[in-house]
Amino acid sequence: MTAAGVLGGAKEGGRLAHRVLLVRELGIAVALALLVGVTVLVNPRFLTAQGIKDLLLGATILAVLAVGQSIVVITRNVDLSVGSVLGLSAFATGSLFVANPGLPIPVALAAGVLLGAACGVVNGGLIAAARVPALVVTLGTLYVFRGLDHTWAGGRQINAADMPPGFLRMGSGTLLGVPVLTLFAVVVLVAAGYYLRGYRSGRELYAIGSSPAAARLAGIPVGRRVFAAFVASGALAGLAGVLYAARFGTLDANAGNGFELNVVAAVVVGGVAIFGGSGSVYGAALGAVLLTTISSALPVLGVSPFWQRAAVGALILAAIGLDRALAVRLAKTLRGRNGHG
Amino acid sequence: MSELPPILSLRHVSKSFGAVRALQDVRLDLWPGEVHGLVGENGAGKSTLVKILAGAHPADAGTVLVDGRELSPSGPSDARAAGIAVIYQEPALFPDLSVAENIFMSRQPLRSLRRIDAGAMRRATAELFGRLGIHLDPGRPARGLSIADQQLVEIAKALAFDARILVMDEPTAALSGVEAERLFSVVASLREAGAAVLFISHRFDEIFALCHRVTVMRDGRWVSTDPAAGLTVDELVRRMVGREVSALYPRTDAAVGEPRLEVRSLTRHGVFRDVSFTVRGGEIVALAGLVGAGRSEVARAVFGIDRPDAGEVLVDGVRLPPGDTGRAIAAGLALVPEDRRQQGLVMELSVERNATLTRRWSLSRLGLLTGGRERAAAREWSERLRVKTARLTDPVSALSGGNQQKVVLAKWLSTGPRVLIVDEPTRGIDVGTKAEVHRLLSELAGQGVAVLMISSELPEVLGMADRVLVMHEGRLVADVPRAEAGEERVMLAATGQGGAA
Repeated sequence: MTAAGVLGGAKEGGRLAHRVLLVRELGIAVALALLVGVTVLVNPRFLTAQGIKDLLLGATILAVLAVGQSIVVITRNVDLSVGSVLGLSAFATGSLFVANPGLPIPVALAAGVLLGAACGVVNGGLIAAARVPALVVTLGTLYVFRGLDHTWAGGRQINAADMPPGFLRMGSGTLLGVPVLTLFAVVVLVAAGYYLRGYRSGRELYAIGSSPAAARLAGIPVGRRVFAAFVASGALAGLAGVLYAARFGTLDANAGNGFELNVVAAVVVGGVAIFGGSGSVYGAALGAVLLTTISSALPVLGVSPFWQRAAVGALILAAIGLDRALAVRLAKTLRGRNGHG
Repeated sequence: MSELPPILSLRHVSKSFGAVRALQDVRLDLWPGEVHGLVGENGAGKSTLVKILAGAHPADAGTVLVDGRELSPSGPSDARAAGIAVIYQEPALFPDLSVAENIFMSRQPLRSLRRIDAGAMRRATAELFGRLGIHLDPGRPARGLSIADQQLVEIAKALAFDARILVMDEPTAALSGVEAERLFSVVASLREAGAAVLFISHRFDEIFALCHRVTVMRDGRWVSTDPAAGLTVDELVRRMVGREVSALYPRTDAAVGEPRLEVRSLTRHGVFRDVSFTVRGGEIVALAGLVGAGRSEVARAVFGIDRPDAGEVLVDGVRLPPGDTGRAIAAGLALVPEDRRQQGLVMELSVERNATLTRRWSLSRLGLLTGGRERAAAREWSERLRVKTARLTDPVSALSGGNQQKVVLAKWLSTGPRVLIVDEPTRGIDVGTKAEVHRLLSELAGQGVAVLMISSELPEVLGMADRVLVMHEGRLVADVPRAEAGEERVMLAATGQGGAA
């Protein structure tokens, strides 16, 4: 193998990898554009100002959760408790306003985030202490947190009338045509994306997911980083709970029930590898937007609601199939270039 | 040299894993500007020593001094902060991340607000690669790099933080002659800059060419430390093995029968190509070569784990369908894999369950496994192989490495194989058990089994094999009969310098 051959092969491999990455996030964007385009052809009212607002509002909460979930999945873990944490945080927000009607909104936001972070501490602590896979631990806390929620709510319901009007305005208001809640999601997305790309500890999360053993040898504090990832995911789920309360106003113990699977679906569709180490929060957020758009576009297209879940499932399988095909092709190219002789 | 204090000093270091005493009372001194050779058989404790220096395992007893100060690393980052860089035998890279990120992980150059300066990182990587003469794109992912390239990335990683103590665990095992030469010039320049290098290798020519002093280890103990100038290869081997070599390799001549395993033009693109050979009944054929030459991959393809792109495998003249492990086992093939913990055993299951795993169907009645037959079969085999275990119901993870290997062997031998492929059968097991495994292989060949043995230990290859096949970079480059097989000839072929198929 000549030096020139290695150089050529390596360059090509690098470029190819870059292209695959681009293709991955572009692919979701193209699928989204196609879906919206076809739906608009069928029903032009799908894309009015109100239509766009509805779409964005619908995607906001899922996107915030998806960002948190990506941070965890990148480290080769998963957080199944996010739906329950959202429910707990939403009900806590409602109760807080019932007890203190004059409470400033930032305090409510902080309280929700802190409560979520505390749930994340429980998750991360159990995983670190018990050395049990995150899947099992968070499956357990999924039920525990939901149980706490039910015990606390005790069949009560908090209604929009119990909440301060300013808080509900935040849930429905817009700024320059963009829903205020969506701005929260955008800030979270950009901050998380920037952190994961531009900071040492962010890159270490990728390293941990890519090869846990190598991460340990490289001196990365694996336990601490994974713990922090779960706290971040919990905090974002807490934030999502407050946003949920602001948007819907009506709260009982079932808020966010079953959300966790939607979130994992958004993350996977968005190209975050379930085995960690690759993908971006931008992709995950796009995945969240795509999933929400599908569920509002399919009724417009006249698809029976019975088929909607199947469509989401098919999308997940297609995304995984695409990832696998790209990985195989990339491996083949890299193997062929680097091969012996 | 000796008027300076040692930069690194190990005193009475001991370490055990469960019942296995990996290191006992080991001592070692490294002076600045010294290249210190560390030799010993596989399983002599070298890799454990490396792990302790790297901070990956804590020592059970004894002290490690760096510049006269005691180092008790709580993790790899502490060892690294003390200036110790370790280049492992098997590179530990992050496949999804770029080469540049692999080198600078956790030490990325920063700009304002502690953000990573990606441009500076790329430039620094390119500069390092220039110094090492590596032609790699810093931006490409580490996935898909050859082992030699991964090794070079590891070396660049160590250079990136100006390590003063460089530990190299068989760095040249997978490098070609040119790449190794380049590595040696880098080692020489590091040494001139005042660094100390602990160099572990199985290649005596390298040890004698590079090292000032050589330490020999055996069975986890320190044996000797002497200037390299006063040593000979024979003397080193005698100290490493500690006994007459012939006792370790009880090879009895067996009548060679009909071809049992025939491999024709087997190819898997980018891994190995056009590999053809025959193993006859009663014959032990060794597959030698450097790590990464494609030997284990050939074994996997023969056994049907990986599907070959071209070529065919015949057992007793009958063609095996490619990529079908079940049919391979039915045809009488058995594979004892290289990594017994990952691929050979279910670590949490009991000794008897593991030993009978391959025969769970033939031992079952109406699809149900009743304990009695399983126990009886397991007892029979563990007695025949002399597995040392308190109870057959103990989990395999409680056994020593050598005894674990015997359980893997029992598992496959109980199927009555006609072709046995063993991949590194004695890696990481003590010398006594090693001789027993060799005796067993010899017996099997005597019973007419065709044995294909993959081994990186030259003495084992030369001591056990009737014929030696040598692979180099995915090709079969030599087929040497026992009478002509010598250390030099096999090594030359394995490094791609001579030998003809």
